[in-house]
Amino acid sequence: MALSAEESGRLAGLLAEHTDQVVQRWTELVATSLRGRLSQAELRRQVMELHASMITAGESGLTDLDAEAAAELRAVLAELSQGRARQGFSATETAASVFTLKDVLLELLEIRQGDGALRDFVAFSSFVDQMGLFTFETYVRARESLIADQAEQLLELSTPVVKLWEGVVAVPLVGTLDSARAQVVMERLLQTLVDTGSPYAIIDITGVPAVDTQVAQHILKTVVAARLMGADCIISGIRPQIAQTIVALGIEFGDIATKASLADALRHVLRLTGLETPRRQSRREL
Amino acid sequence: MERVPILKIGDVLLVSIQVDMSDQTAIQLQDDLAERIVATGCHGVLIDITALDIVDSFVGRMLSTIASISKVLDAETVVVGMRPAVAITLVELGLSLNGIRTALNVERGMELIAASRDEDAYEPDGDDADAETTATA
Repeated sequence: MALSAEESGRLAGLLAEHTDQVVQRWTELVATSLRGRLSQAELRRQVMELHASMITAGESGLTDLDAEAAAELRAVLAELSQGRARQGFSATETAASVFTLKDVLLELLEIRQGDGALRDFVAFSSFVDQMGLFTFETYVRARESLIADQAEQLLELSTPVVKLWEGVVAVPLVGTLDSARAQVVMERLLQTLVDTGSPYAIIDITGVPAVDTQVAQHILKTVVAARLMGADCIISGIRPQIAQTIVALGIEFGDIATKASLADALRHVLRLTGLETPRRQSRREL
Repeated sequence: MERVPILKIGDVLLVSIQVDMSDQTAIQLQDDLAERIVATGCHGVLIDITALDIVDSFVGRMLSTIASISKVLDAETVVVGMRPAVAITLVELGLSLNGIRTALNVERGMELIAASRDEDAYEPDGDDADAETTATA
């Protein structure tokens, strides 16, 4: 409980009484903390919005920021901090937008100098702290969702399955291969095999910076799954260093064909398909 | 009880599984298939599992059993049309369906059976040729 009902009423009164002064001073302080990266007009609009919703909340006898009456105030704070997060302001700069209110309140109360001014200030300030913490939390959440979105986009972008030849598809893997990506790659590849009816797939790992046992495990799983569906996989793009790592780690690729370059892999597949067809035809002629 | 139909296409028997397999259905299918292989003298069995959403260890074992039975009766078994999700699940479960050949779709499966029959028929030749070359070398 940050405020008693009377205190919140007094806070609303104080803010309403000195509207112009509060908005003016608050905007100035915020502008200093943001070092002019947002226009004065924009800041003033935000501050006025906050100010108005605080008065509404205070007048309705608000005691806590979690209370239902504070929904509007919370929404305004959330909007402010999400906007800041997207515009690339730091957490400190975002929180400062709220915390500067303390300085404004202190100045106002200093003028009044009445009984209980100190008590009021402590109560007001703990309420502002709550607002600040809420802002910070929203800021972090906005940032996290931004990161999650980007990770998802990256996942979408980084796993193309391309058709190399009639009946041959290739997956050029670029970047580190974690479980989530391996799963996406596996699903995409298998689905493409079904869609195109290709009996051969080439997994090219030229763009994979390091191959450890886990990455190898993922690749092996993909190959086994493709085999279960009736398609053959060839692993290509194994750089010299990676070959050494694979041997040093004791990773066994078993009877899976591995090639140094994508060209070799394609040649290998073409030979498999190309040799079989004429041989079978010649036999029929015999 | 539901029965799985067995269709004869040329030299190949096509089994398309479209119902959830139970013990009874599986046993019935094995019986029917064995009889049909003997009766028709077919040398290939295609099992189409395109319609199966779930392949568990039970279905896996059934496929293996059918493959073994067909093998004894000199027929090649190819499982076709496994869905990606099914393949991933099987790999995660560690079931690799050993001894079962697979193909992407029925068409490829027929090609595979035709090719393996061809090879069977001509392999003695090839082996001999190989043996001769190694002997002379």
